[in-house]
Amino acid sequence: MRSFDNYRDLITVLTHKEMKVRYKSSVFGYCWSVANPLAFAFVYYIAFKIIMKIQMEDYTLFLIAGLFPWQWFGTSVVSAPMIFLANSSIIKKVNFPRNIIPLTTVLQDMIHFLLSIPVIIGFLFIYHRTPSLSWLYGIPLLLLIQLIMTYGAALLVSSINLFFRDFERLISILITLVFYCTPIIYPETMVPEQLRALIYCNPLSPLIVSWRNLFIHGTLDPAALAMGFAYSLVFLAAGHLIYRKLSWKFAEVL
Amino acid sequence: MNNEQVIIFDAVSKSYPLYHHITGGFKNFLFHFPRAVSQMKNHQYEALHEISFQVCRGETFGIIGKNGAGKSTALGLIAGVLKPSKGTISVKGRVSALLELGSGFNAELTGRENIVLNGVLLGLTRVEVMHKMEEIIEFSGLGQFIDQPLRTYSTGMMMRLGFSVVSSLDPEILLIDEVFAVGDMEFQKKCMDKLESFKKGGVTIVYVSHGMQTILQTCDRVIWIENHRVRMIGSAQEVVSSYVDAGL
Repeated sequence: MRSFDNYRDLITVLTHKEMKVRYKSSVFGYCWSVANPLAFAFVYYIAFKIIMKIQMEDYTLFLIAGLFPWQWFGTSVVSAPMIFLANSSIIKKVNFPRNIIPLTTVLQDMIHFLLSIPVIIGFLFIYHRTPSLSWLYGIPLLLLIQLIMTYGAALLVSSINLFFRDFERLISILITLVFYCTPIIYPETMVPEQLRALIYCNPLSPLIVSWRNLFIHGTLDPAALAMGFAYSLVFLAAGHLIYRKLSWKFAEVL
Repeated sequence: MNNEQVIIFDAVSKSYPLYHHITGGFKNFLFHFPRAVSQMKNHQYEALHEISFQVCRGETFGIIGKNGAGKSTALGLIAGVLKPSKGTISVKGRVSALLELGSGFNAELTGRENIVLNGVLLGLTRVEVMHKMEEIIEFSGLGQFIDQPLRTYSTGMMMRLGFSVVSSLDPEILLIDEVFAVGDMEFQKKCMDKLESFKKGGVTIVYVSHGMQTILQTCDRVIWIENHRVRMIGSAQEVVSSYVDAGL
């Protein structure tokens, strides 16, 4: 019934609205998406490099290359529980595809991530490195994988939270756990041999490791890429299954 | 008016499980698990019971009844945001709804941004909304307030914006849930004139109100819902007089 043009405009208008409502202005939102991982990078640098004296070269660059993509996933999933509740007034009134709402949240965080890539480039130069040509195909590929994965996760979380309103608390605990189980503040090579396979049970691991290798070394491991893609499809399928089961009840519980 | 039926309710029932057991969270649900499960299975709140009616294209159809009788649920079913538990519903055409005040709007966005948001939600493209923008602002009479965030609006101003948006975006089926009362006399008259022109233009209108005078003035036929069931369907004159006689 809806035309392609309408879908496109629905997504742009809702993304713009989301940005305005969440951050009051797009400039403020951008600063937030850059300042937040930078602050964390600073904290981890002090804790692990200065105090714990981790044996690693270019640790700051290492942190930043992993924290920025994580920021996208983390922000989207943590804000997901509230997004249907925050849009209850339009859900109760108009019949439109509700999954567009989580999609716009994820797209918005993706835009912020894209805009923060120049900061990563800045740090590359500080450490006498340069962006690589492989970014031209590597970034779109990883973007796609992460977009599907984050959208699937956001759809899952936002749908469930409408029915179980304390799911939000569970998610904020879970996301902290996942963060420390993902090789972001430590390299996967530091994980003991017998536990290393376990690291890759975490769907975020191949993705974040791929991003970091691409940013710092310009390399892309096809195996990690394939694994990340498989995980993202699992998230998408799970999210859609739950959403399809629950979406027609959304207006009832709101 | 022709006889094409655009809204058909066929023995429609709508019941809700008692959602408070789960919206209280996992913790609540698990602690009261047996009771919660049995109550969700056996105690359903039935908002509508086997309702049947048809509305033809271009007709103005009134819905009356006491608070909590199920009128708003019926509107939600027509709008397609709710699904019936039993029975079938068929609605042909784009539905525009003017429900509770401020619904469909976002308080942080300006009037202008809300117009665009509502337009695309209703299925138009941004360009189409932009073409209508001046007309909508003109009709609303909001002047410079159109660029202020909605949280600064009074209820009357919100109603003005809501009606202006819905009425300017070529509705095919228009749902109105008693909102005119907050507008001033001048704007109420403007709304009534607009409704009149819609009726001439073949727009189907479903109108919920407690104001029997307006129902009599605007509606062709009326359904009276009492206790979640159809009490009476007929011409506006007929139904309203029995409703008034029943002393409700």
